[in-house]
Amino acid sequence: MTSPLLGRDRSDRIYRQVLTGFALALPLLIVIILGVLFTNAWPAVKRFGASFLVTSTWDPVSEVYGAAPMIFGTLASSLLALLIAVPLALSVAIFLTEFAPRRLRQPVAFLVELLAAIPSVVYGMWGIFVLIPFLRSYVVPPLKAVFGWTPFLQGVFYGNSLLAGGVILAIMIVPYIAAVSREVLLAVPTSQREAALAMGATRWEAVRSAVLPYGRAGLIGAIILGLGRALGETMAVTMVIGNRHDISVSLLQPAYTMAAAIANEFSEATTATYQSALMEVGLILFVLTVAVNAIARILIWRVARGAAVGSRAL
Amino acid sequence: MKPTRYLSLAALLGTALPAAAQVTLNGAGATFPNIIYSDWMLTYNQSHPDVKLNYQSIGSGGGIRQFSDGTVDFGATDAPMSDSAITAIQGNVLHIPMVLGAVVAAYTLPEVSQPIRISPDVLADIFLGKVTKWNDARLASINPGVTLPNQDIIVVHRSDGSGTSFVWTDYLSKVSPEWAQKVGKGTSVSWPVGLGGRGNEGVAATVRQTPGAIGYIELGYALINKMPFAVLKNQSGNWITASLESVTAAAAGAMKEMGPNTDFRVSITNSPGARAYPAASFTWLLVHKSYSDTAKARSLVQFIWWAESEGQAKAPELGYAPLPQQLRPWIQAHLKSVTAGGRAVL
Repeated sequence: MTSPLLGRDRSDRIYRQVLTGFALALPLLIVIILGVLFTNAWPAVKRFGASFLVTSTWDPVSEVYGAAPMIFGTLASSLLALLIAVPLALSVAIFLTEFAPRRLRQPVAFLVELLAAIPSVVYGMWGIFVLIPFLRSYVVPPLKAVFGWTPFLQGVFYGNSLLAGGVILAIMIVPYIAAVSREVLLAVPTSQREAALAMGATRWEAVRSAVLPYGRAGLIGAIILGLGRALGETMAVTMVIGNRHDISVSLLQPAYTMAAAIANEFSEATTATYQSALMEVGLILFVLTVAVNAIARILIWRVARGAAVGSRAL
Repeated sequence: MKPTRYLSLAALLGTALPAAAQVTLNGAGATFPNIIYSDWMLTYNQSHPDVKLNYQSIGSGGGIRQFSDGTVDFGATDAPMSDSAITAIQGNVLHIPMVLGAVVAAYTLPEVSQPIRISPDVLADIFLGKVTKWNDARLASINPGVTLPNQDIIVVHRSDGSGTSFVWTDYLSKVSPEWAQKVGKGTSVSWPVGLGGRGNEGVAATVRQTPGAIGYIELGYALINKMPFAVLKNQSGNWITASLESVTAAAAGAMKEMGPNTDFRVSITNSPGARAYPAASFTWLLVHKSYSDTAKARSLVQFIWWAESEGQAKAPELGYAPLPQQLRPWIQAHLKSVTAGGRAVL
C-alpha cells in the first residue's frame, strides 16, 4: 500500500526539482549576461569614468569615447515612437473592442498583428525607399510651415533623421501595444460598460470613464512592452536614423542609438579599448531596459492596488 | 529505392574513397573579396578534390581576430594588420595581396549628366564639411561647361567599421594634412559631417534616395548599380575614372616605392602612376609564416600560388582588378618562405 505512494512522492520530487532548475536557469542567465557585460566593459569604465556618459566624442582613431549621443538618441527615438504609437494603438484597440462591426474585428486585428511579423530589415528598406521620400515631400514641409519656429524642427531635412527613426519605431511597436491592449479591453467585464450606459453615458463616455480605468494596469503594461521593444530595436532604426554621433533636439537631424552603434561597430572593433567601450554601451542599454521594466512594474502595482482599493470602496 | 538503401550506398561510397590526404582549410575575413574567393575555392576544389576550402565573410576585423586566435587557418582583410596586432602574435603573419579594389565617390545630381570632376583638396573639404554647395566656386572652376546646381552637398559615409572606410580615409589623409590631423584614417573614424549608412548597400541606398548626396562605395558596387561617380585627379595631375585598368595601374605605379622586400602592408592610395586611380587598395590573405601541420600549410600555399597565377584571369569578369603581372615574382618569393615544422613547404 505504501510503495506506490512513495513512488509518486519521489516522482513529484524529481518533477519539482527539474522545474526549479529550469526556472532558476533564466534568472541565472541574466546574471551571467550582466557579469560578462560588466567584466568586459570594466576597462572602459575605468578609463573614461563618468565622462563616458556625458561627452559626445566617438573617435576610434584617437580612442576617445563618449556615449551621450547614443543614450540621447535611444531615449529620444523611443519617446517619439511612443508619442506616435500609443494614441494609434489605443485607438485601434478601442475601435476593435467597442465600435467595430463584428465581422470586421478579426480581420483587422489579424492585419494589425501581421505588422509584428515583418522582419525589421524589411521595415528598414521600406523606410529608406518609401517612408523617407514621403516624409520629405508631404510631412516635413507642412510641419515646418506651422512649427518651424520650435527648436524641434531646425535645420535642413535630408531624410535619415531622428524623425524617420521614431516613425519607423512607432509603426513597429503599434501591433504589440494594440494586441495587448485589445486583450486587456476584451477582459473588461461587460457589466462595466452596461453600468455606464445605464447611467446615460454615451459610448465614448462609457469607454473613457468605465472601460479604460478598469484596464489601466494592463494598458500601461502594453505600452511598456512597446517601449522595451523600441529601446532595443536595431536594424530598422540604423537604416533610417542617420547614424551620427551628435546630440540635436531637432527631429530633422540625424542621430544614433545604442543598439545600432553596437550592431554597426562591434564586428570591426579591433582594439581592446574600442571593444570595451561598445561593451559599456551594451551595459548601459541593459541597465536602461531593466530600469524601464522596473518602473513599469512599480507603476502597474500601484495602479492595480489603487483599483483594488477603489473597488473595495464600492 | 528506399531511403535506407541510399544511406547504405552512401556509407559504402564513403568508405570506398581514399581516406588519406583529405585536407580542410578554414578561413574568414573581409567581405569585399568574398565573391572571388568563393569562386576560386570552388574551381580549385574541382581540380584538387582532396583540398576543401571554406571561407566565411565576417569582415576584416573579425578575420584578423580569428586568425590571431588561431581558430582559422588563414585570414583575409582589406586593411592591413597594425604593428601592435602583429607583435601580439609574435610576427607570425604574411600579408599576401590577392586582388585589388577601389573606392569611388558616388553622387546623386539628377540635373547633371556629365561625370563630375573632384580634385583631392576639394574632396577632402567636402568630407570635412567646408565645401557645402554643389555650385561652390572651387567645384565650378574644375568642371567647366557643367552647370552645377545650387544644392547642399550631403555627405554619406559608412556607419559600420569597414575596409572601404579605411581606403577612403587613408586617401584623404594623404591628400589633406587637415584631414590627417583632424580625422585620421581607420576602419571607423569620427566623421566631421554627414549621414551614416550601414554597408555598401546602406550608403548606396541613401545616396540614391537623397538629391545632392555624395558617398564613397566600392567600385564594383557602383558599377553593378549604375551609379554615377566622380572623376578624381591623381598624383600626376591626370583626371582618372575608376576602372579595373586604372586600379591595376595604381598597384603597378606603387611598386617602385614598395621595393621587392616589402611586407605588402602598403597603401597604394594616391599612387604615383600616370594612369593610376588614386583610391585603390590591395585586399590581403593572412597566412602564418610557420605552421605546425605540413599538409595543411602546403595545400594552402599551393592554392594561393594557383590563385595568384591562373586565378587572376577570373578577376575582371567578377568585378575585381587583377594584380599587375610584375608583382607576381615578389608574391611567389613570400609564398616560398612559408614553413611547417621548420622546413619550407614548397
